[in-house]
Amino acid sequence: MFQNIGEMVLLFWRTLAALPLAWRQRQKVFDQFYEIGNASLLMVCLLSFFIGGVIALHIGPVMVERGLASAVGGLVGIAMCKELAPVMMSILIAGRIGSAMTAEIGSMRVYQEIDALRTMNIDPVHYLVLPRMVAIAVALPLLVIFAILVGWLGGAVVSAANDRIDIGFRAFFMNLRDVVDIPDVANGVFKAFCFSLVIGIVSCHQGLVTLGGPRGIGRSVTKAVVNSIVLIVLLDYILTRLLLS
Amino acid sequence: MKDHRDNTGGVSVEVRSLRKSFNGQEVLKGIDFSVRRGEIFVIMGPSGSGKSVLLRHIIGLEQPDSGEILIQGESMQSSGVMDKHRMALVFQSGALLSSLTVGENVGLYLSEHRLHPPEEIRRIVIEKLESVGLKGTEDKMPSELSGGMKKRVAIARALVIEPQLILYDEPTSELDPLSAVVIAEEILELNRRIGVTSLVVSHDRDLAFGVADRIAVIHEGRIVAMGEPGEVEQNPDPVVRRFLRADFKRPNER
Ligand SMILES: Nc1ncnc2c1ncn2[C@@H]1O[C@H](COP(=O)(O)OP(=O)(O)OP(=O)(O)O)[C@@H](O)[C@H]1O
Ligand SMILES: [Mg+2]
Repeated sequence: MFQNIGEMVLLFWRTLAALPLAWRQRQKVFDQFYEIGNASLLMVCLLSFFIGGVIALHIGPVMVERGLASAVGGLVGIAMCKELAPVMMSILIAGRIGSAMTAEIGSMRVYQEIDALRTMNIDPVHYLVLPRMVAIAVALPLLVIFAILVGWLGGAVVSAANDRIDIGFRAFFMNLRDVVDIPDVANGVFKAFCFSLVIGIVSCHQGLVTLGGPRGIGRSVTKAVVNSIVLIVLLDYILTRLLLS
Repeated sequence: MKDHRDNTGGVSVEVRSLRKSFNGQEVLKGIDFSVRRGEIFVIMGPSGSGKSVLLRHIIGLEQPDSGEILIQGESMQSSGVMDKHRMALVFQSGALLSSLTVGENVGLYLSEHRLHPPEEIRRIVIEKLESVGLKGTEDKMPSELSGGMKKRVAIARALVIEPQLILYDEPTSELDPLSAVVIAEEILELNRRIGVTSLVVSHDRDLAFGVADRIAVIHEGRIVAMGEPGEVEQNPDPVVRRFLRADFKRPNER
């Protein structure tokens, strides 16, 4: 695990160093970007709508009973944008996109396609890792912005529809606007950006070190997803702690 | 990446007491040979004798445990040798990129290194595919091709590099006799036209004796015979004789 982290830091560094080449690889970046959006937009909507709804369902009745109805919108708003959207969407993307990255790069490794690239003097980091990293680092924060909005909507709909909460749309969003500020949203989006780098590096690295045949690929994919999620959760705590001060 | 198209002509290769083990199992047990510029050198040997591993060392995909490889007198370990000389390996499995079309595979080197504008690359790709007998396949995906066709695409992809050293790993192993002849002719033609140094790994005795300037027989990680085709054919070593004369008889002819 520690050797892996060293290798991943190195890979990240090499990717950063190659960043000026990203423009040359723009077609590949765009393809990956499209792939990510296409594969996950619907899931992101569905997931965040219901997460927003569930939060409202949990805290709404409790707060209304205690005469705090006016705080429901703000609570749902903060929970969604600072924590739930970035973390849940990152976990979703680790499972949906990170796994695909590992599987693709891993099978290229196993079937000697990466060796073929190297014999053609094409650096796999430039050709494979860079476009994926750039694409996910742009796509995930955008998806999270989207998820925050849809999550708020989910919270509002449930608050209005559930008769134990019964807070109107207008009241919900008025309160949300009072509590949630632009920096709060930026906070969540920044987290998502950090998580996207974790997912990208863990998945690409795991793909590149895949050994063996189809079973090796399967093992790599599982490892990439599990490691991504563990690192996301750890990093989430650290970032939250740091961003608090 | 710099373009070194001007220095055409082959490069010499020298392999000195090359040793390599994988997980404690010694695969190459001290290999020594040298290939002159522009020579066609064929390496024969039974399955598992380390031929593919040897080629992977020569193109820099593996690092030797000991010994060294010199390309045009310069050690592979010294940096920049890979950039200085154009080398290509035709993989035993083809190793085409499965996410790209045949044409994109063949043109990959040129497009990634931006050596030509796209229309020019397309023209070169079509020309090279034609030279290996695969006209009109440039828009297919590798998965739509047979094993032998993939192998020929891999050869076309290597030709595009205009290499100074080309390594073929079993170029004819999946081909019918007719296509095998086409490939043999292409190996000879390339050698004559641009003076490329060719290292061919093959079990195919017809190919080996047809194209080789010299032949080496490798057995269990060691070279057991080396010389011009005539010499190797007369080699008295039983291992070599058995390998070169391997033949099967129908039971009722015994
Ligand atoms: N990456 C590797 N890890 C472990 N063992 C390896 C590796 N590559 C090759 N070997 C071993 O090295 C030996 C020689 O393999 P190699 O592929 O060079 O054989 P070959 O002479 O090319 O055989 P064939 O004619 O069947 O292609 C084999 O026993 C193989 O198991
Ligand atoms: Mg082999």
